[in-house]
Amino acid sequence: MRHQGGYGRLAAAFALAGLSSCAMVQETPEPTPGSVKINEDPYPSTYQRYPGALTYIHGATILDGEGGRIDNGSIILADGKVQAVGGPELAAPAGAFSIDAHARFVTPGIIDVHSHLGDYPSPGVASLSDGNEATSPARPEVWAEHSVWPQDPGFSRALANGGITTLQILPGSANLFGGRSVVLKNVPARTVQGMKFPGAPYGLKMACGENPKRVYGSKNQMPQTRMGNIAYVRQTWARAQEYRRKWHKYEVAGGEIPVRDLAMDTLRGVLDGKILVHNHCYRADEMAIMIDVAKEFGYKISTFHHAVESYKIADLLRENGICSAMWADWYGFKMESYDAINENIAFVHNAGACAIVHSDDPNGIQRLNQEAAKAMASGRRAGIDISEATAWTWLSSNPAKALGIFDKTGSLKAGKMADVVLWNGNPFSAYTRPDKVWIDGTLMYDAANPRLRPVSDFELGQPGEGDVK
Amino acid sequence: MRRALLLAAALVASTSPLTAQTLAITNGTLVLGDGSDPIVGGTVVVRNGRIVAAGDRARVPANAEIIDASGKWVTPGIVAGFSRLGLAEVDLGADGSDDTETGNSPFSAAIDVAPAINPKASTIAVSRADGVTRAVVAPVAGKSIFAGQGAVIDTGDDMDAVLRSRVFQFVELGEGGADKAGGSRSAAFVLFRNALREAEQLSRRVGPLTVGGEQPDAREGPIVRNPNESRLYSSDAGRAEDVLLTRFDAAALVPVLRGQQLLLVHVERAKDILNILGLKREFPKLKIALVGVTEGWTVADRIADSGAWVIASALNDLPASFEMLAATQSNIGRMKAAGVKVAIGMIDDNDTRNLRNQRQYAGNLVALRKVPGAAGVSWGEAFAMISSQPAEAVGLGGEIGSLASGRRGDVVIWSGDPLELSSAPETVWIDGVRQPLENHQTKLRDRYRSLERETLPEAYRK
Repeated sequence: MRHQGGYGRLAAAFALAGLSSCAMVQETPEPTPGSVKINEDPYPSTYQRYPGALTYIHGATILDGEGGRIDNGSIILADGKVQAVGGPELAAPAGAFSIDAHARFVTPGIIDVHSHLGDYPSPGVASLSDGNEATSPARPEVWAEHSVWPQDPGFSRALANGGITTLQILPGSANLFGGRSVVLKNVPARTVQGMKFPGAPYGLKMACGENPKRVYGSKNQMPQTRMGNIAYVRQTWARAQEYRRKWHKYEVAGGEIPVRDLAMDTLRGVLDGKILVHNHCYRADEMAIMIDVAKEFGYKISTFHHAVESYKIADLLRENGICSAMWADWYGFKMESYDAINENIAFVHNAGACAIVHSDDPNGIQRLNQEAAKAMASGRRAGIDISEATAWTWLSSNPAKALGIFDKTGSLKAGKMADVVLWNGNPFSAYTRPDKVWIDGTLMYDAANPRLRPVSDFELGQPGEGDVK
Repeated sequence: MRRALLLAAALVASTSPLTAQTLAITNGTLVLGDGSDPIVGGTVVVRNGRIVAAGDRARVPANAEIIDASGKWVTPGIVAGFSRLGLAEVDLGADGSDDTETGNSPFSAAIDVAPAINPKASTIAVSRADGVTRAVVAPVAGKSIFAGQGAVIDTGDDMDAVLRSRVFQFVELGEGGADKAGGSRSAAFVLFRNALREAEQLSRRVGPLTVGGEQPDAREGPIVRNPNESRLYSSDAGRAEDVLLTRFDAAALVPVLRGQQLLLVHVERAKDILNILGLKREFPKLKIALVGVTEGWTVADRIADSGAWVIASALNDLPASFEMLAATQSNIGRMKAAGVKVAIGMIDDNDTRNLRNQRQYAGNLVALRKVPGAAGVSWGEAFAMISSQPAEAVGLGGEIGSLASGRRGDVVIWSGDPLELSSAPETVWIDGVRQPLENHQTKLRDRYRSLERETLPEAYRK
């Protein structure tokens, strides 16, 4: 009963707040053109980097994330940024914390373009499973950041075992339009805003194929077929175009303020080129159709996710400038993954298209470097010459480009965020682990220092608190 | 390039049915699979489908076909320690191709996976191509905590996949078991005890049984060769009124009760593990092995004292459920250090298909030795956990899993260290028979290696 009273008071408070804002709108005079603007960033990032030491790493094999390799390389991190990258001639700055990294590798932090940490967290219980708003095939109004639980213990595993410094959290794939994604820095915070990557554009999760037709078909709703999927998608984009026209007209000529529609806001953002499309799509034929849908309605697809058949249309993907986010060797878990091959990533890369290694998995995210290693090896066996430095582009620069943050992170270039991993060996080996991980120049993980091992609130007092993982 | 691949495929196809009477693989880095360190320049000799010698002093018989494995690694085939291999072609949305689900069956313990295993499943061909030559195959629990009886299979390109059926009874007794039993662990344990009581009633009416290759003593009475088709079901084998199990299911538990069939128990939480070990006091003949065992390290001494085998998930390190709060990748290393007998399995981890990832998992356990505070295992131990140790865990260490004399001739030549991500099998023998390594995936690879438009569509490239 006490709880009920509590909720009642809260509800009253919300009602009051609603009234006051209503009153404000009523007092607003007839608007001049475009005077009412939709706030495009109502949940702004509050992320702030933590203080980091001036750091000098030398003697390392550096893979710069753009395809470059420096043996006996040196790198300087300060003020959150990569200051300089070079060979042994790059001298230690005065007062720097110096690390001799002989026989070890330095790379940009890995960026996972497809994660559900926080919206499908551990433990995987119903109370915490917030990834699919499976109540309508089109839910572009939902935002993954409103589901992300910052205390998901998975973030720490991705950091310590996987060297993940940035990740995109996506809604699930039950819906044709799953909602907005959010890009996070892998730095623990009390709020999701505290983890949000400053300045990263939003993404829109879309899905092709089996999942939407299964979820809604089983409820005897549209879509029940792939043709139903596409029809629903096209009708939704047609609505979005109309919404966009209304707002555009209002912004130019004034008149009545169009009715606000949160779903259409997101789609309008895509049509305006501000929100990037991340499209779950397995089969080659379906990707080709989605490319034409995008052309029909005037938007761009950033990346096809789980694109197990990209190797069949790698030429088409190159011509359209679309990335493929892929697994190294997942196959056969559903019909649309039946034609997966181990050479997919290498073939896409070899065709000149953009290849990305992604996880979609709280375990896989801890081993993306190993997944890249398997993909590289499969490609080499098929006769494709791929260097380790090139393969690292699948883990950092390509995902950064797909997320629209390559100007800020994703490679080791002076002026970029100092998101860096020091590996205790060659990161393409099964025998190698992260030794140290910096995010924005701050040492966030150190294998040798148990104090530099994040522990989520959930794990405090549990049997595994603070253990090596 | 494409032509070369096709030519290579044709060559393999033409040689695959041949069984060399005597085969000697020489000069490779030889791994016995028993936990010992690799032997540089070792030799393994296979005759009539069995290993006859392996080591640095193995003599090459005069009539042997000699294969020079210089620069390569030579190992026993990988054994999938816990799998559902061969039971499903596709897991989801491919009606009829998935035989893992038994939720609508009236039976439980009596279910035998053997007839459902499809030797021509593409998952078997894919596993074979990555050096997995044997697999422990368990049923998935349907309505009951008892999933039924599992088999050990080979992945050879022939119709005889099952090496031995009814090797073990698989039972869920953690969170999964609680759910099947009506909602709680308490309910699951009552159900378990009642099932063994019903088996006990039937057991009084029959003499010796033979299951899983054991040879019982015929002096005790006429031997029942197959408990699933035995006189246990005849009308004179009366049963009490108050039974929950079908006659078939109760009969299937008789060999478990008598300790003639292994009881494979899936548990994760430390307390659940102790509960299972405690069952030995009530049912002293039970032969128990544990599967999953994510929190095993917290009670490692007690598992070691029990002598029970553990087929553990290698890399669980998330509190994925409330029975895995203590999860860490150091689990296996810590259990091993405490004297627990451990193999690697992949329970509920893409276990119909991704068994080829076991070697990556094993390599990751070696990696832990370089992480301060973590517990890893040696290379030899890690390889044994995916070869001889799972075979030992299910009582077939004398048949498969190592290159010891007398074992089945399952041998793989690898391009390099098999626990490394860059390595791949080059040649695979099962029972001494050289195996084809092509499959759905390799054929797609060859078809789409070039996207150049040719004189006919891709569908004509085979």
